[in-house]
Amino acid sequence: MDRNQSRRQIAAMKQSLFDQGLLDEQFIQLEELQDDANPNFVEEIVTLHYRDSSRLISSIDQALKERNPLDFNKLDTLMHQFKGSSSSIGAKKVKAECNLFREYCRAGNAEGCMRSFQQLKKEYAALRKKLEAYFQLARQAGPQETACRSK
Amino acid sequence: MTLLSNSMDNGCFSSPRHEAFPAGLRVLVVDDDPTWLRILEKMLKKCLYEVTTCCLATEALKKLRERKDAYDIVISDVNMPDMDGFKLLEQVGLEMDLPVIMMSVDGETSRVMKGVQHGACDYLLKPIRMKELRNIWQHVFRKRMHEARDFESHEGFEALHLLMNGSEQSDDGNIFAVEEITSIKKRKDADSKHDDKEFGDHSPTKKARVVWSVDLHQKFVKAVNQIGFDKVGPKKILDLMSVPWLTRENVASHLQKYRLYLSRLQKENDQKSSSSGIKHSDSPSKDPGSFSFLNTASNKQQSDVVIDSFSPSDGSLLQMDAPSHEGDLKRILSEPTTEKRRASPKSSQMSLNQPFSSVESSEASHAIFDCTIQTQYSWGEFPKGPLKEEQKTTVQLEDSFSQLPLHGTRHHIQVDQSQSIASINSNPSITEEEVAPSLDTKPLYAGYKSDYVSPVSSMGTAVDTFPNQSKSLILNDQSPEPIFTSNLGLKTDGFDVDCISDLDFYQRSLLLCGDAASAPLEEDLNFFLLQTEWYNMNFGQQNIDISECYDPRLVAEAPGYFYDSADYSSVDQSLFIA
Repeated sequence: MDRNQSRRQIAAMKQSLFDQGLLDEQFIQLEELQDDANPNFVEEIVTLHYRDSSRLISSIDQALKERNPLDFNKLDTLMHQFKGSSSSIGAKKVKAECNLFREYCRAGNAEGCMRSFQQLKKEYAALRKKLEAYFQLARQAGPQETACRSK
Repeated sequence: MTLLSNSMDNGCFSSPRHEAFPAGLRVLVVDDDPTWLRILEKMLKKCLYEVTTCCLATEALKKLRERKDAYDIVISDVNMPDMDGFKLLEQVGLEMDLPVIMMSVDGETSRVMKGVQHGACDYLLKPIRMKELRNIWQHVFRKRMHEARDFESHEGFEALHLLMNGSEQSDDGNIFAVEEITSIKKRKDADSKHDDKEFGDHSPTKKARVVWSVDLHQKFVKAVNQIGFDKVGPKKILDLMSVPWLTRENVASHLQKYRLYLSRLQKENDQKSSSSGIKHSDSPSKDPGSFSFLNTASNKQQSDVVIDSFSPSDGSLLQMDAPSHEGDLKRILSEPTTEKRRASPKSSQMSLNQPFSSVESSEASHAIFDCTIQTQYSWGEFPKGPLKEEQKTTVQLEDSFSQLPLHGTRHHIQVDQSQSIASINSNPSITEEEVAPSLDTKPLYAGYKSDYVSPVSSMGTAVDTFPNQSKSLILNDQSPEPIFTSNLGLKTDGFDVDCISDLDFYQRSLLLCGDAASAPLEEDLNFFLLQTEWYNMNFGQQNIDISECYDPRLVAEAPGYFYDSADYSSVDQSLFIA
């Protein structure tokens, strides 16, 4: 029962992430890739993503600070990379913010960029937290619980 | 090419990659995003591909340069820190000539366009789905096919077939084939420069390959019928067809083939009855020999079948005339026994119908069809058992082609040398007329080469074009290797200008053949053959025939050539049919 409860909890958690538009189909793709050879594949990928993307976040932060004037090209390039990384785990809302940011970059709108980036960081942090909780629960419930479909 | 030679290098012929293409496809993934790199690696592994990852473009290039044939396809991200993805794409295309797939999270049309312009064979958008990766093998396959068609390297194509049928082949047979392919390839590569010089004029025209689709051919036939077969000429046809991009040369070469096809059909009908009596006289019946005949015959039969499907009297593309099959085959090759062979053409006829109907659907399927046909023949299987198995293997690839005429092709081939020669000679008017212009103009040749290959249909023209040769053909009729000679005659014709240069060689070979097939001769021929692209393919058949002892090496080698010619004929035939 405890097991079932955790399972249901995990499933509910995941479902809410989807319902809130935080995750998209890519996350499911990752789950489908998980198998006996890589039983923790999804978590592995998410971890990899956050490690890599935090580096990018810092770079963008840094670039935004070098104001006079803002190097929009550089920002756009960095954001392009960040968007790519976000797409790897299916971070839907974060990706949307990336697009917004890039539009501001192309428009040369410094204010827009900064605002957008602030929002992006919020979304980014929120998702990260939720995913961490999700994986923690999944690990506690046992490897079978991380909704892996063996393929 | 890469598949095969790699296996050769590793000596691991029986690796999974060879047994079940596209499994084992060697993919090089280049992406600076470590997350995506890992995901792609996992996805590709799930597709049973062999994956190598790189996070830097420069590293990727280094890996590619280290072993040019270590990879089949490259997947690369567009944006990378050390090098622009497009640049990498260009480099890979130029240096290694591998298919490259670009990836990006950015799907802007301009970017995609740039990718295509730089030579990317596909552009994937991130997030990439696994199903998109599953099908990347098609790019490898397509490239191999195009290479084969370009007559520049048929080894890859054969290799592909080899791979496809790998599991069905005996290891020995495979190794032979593989060795042969590799040696052929090496010689070819060595000679390619020579070839380039010789056929230098054709390289620009090679790119302007005309694909005679069903529609196009139908327009052609319609125009011909409208003008009246007797009064027809390339210019008139071209005008009637009103296909803006088509040139007079394209039409002329197509017309030549068409005429040869028709005249051959007619000869078959005329001589069907008389040829039966003479069937047995020709080549010695040895199993290996018959086997090789079967190989060649089967290919011919295919092309014959294909040709038959367009007999003018019947608009239906799928018409397959078993008797004319036999007739064709009989003329082409000699076969000791006829009776049991007869049975098969009928079945082959029926079986052929199905594949062709599906063939109609797309040119791509033609290609596959042809490929599968070829593979069946490729590795000189001596015993018929393997052939059957091969058929099954190819079935895996294309169900619609499962009933390929191989059954029929195995049997059959009776050649009535004297008859065929006589028949060839009987239609001098058409052939000479067609040959003359082609002899004079290289473009025609190029057009011919690119449009259509028909060793069979070249029969008629050959004799007329090269009277000396035909004489030697006739002379050799009495020899143990009549087939060789007649085939030579047949083959030379198709390639017009370039053929002429080899004429002396052919004649010499023919006469030599008449005396006795000897190993040195074969080697000479082989060597000579390798000198010329086109002839290689045609001679393959002769090589098989020449060798009394059917040196397995020879047989294994020949099919490589042969398949190409057969392939082209069937490819083109199928183009006709579509």
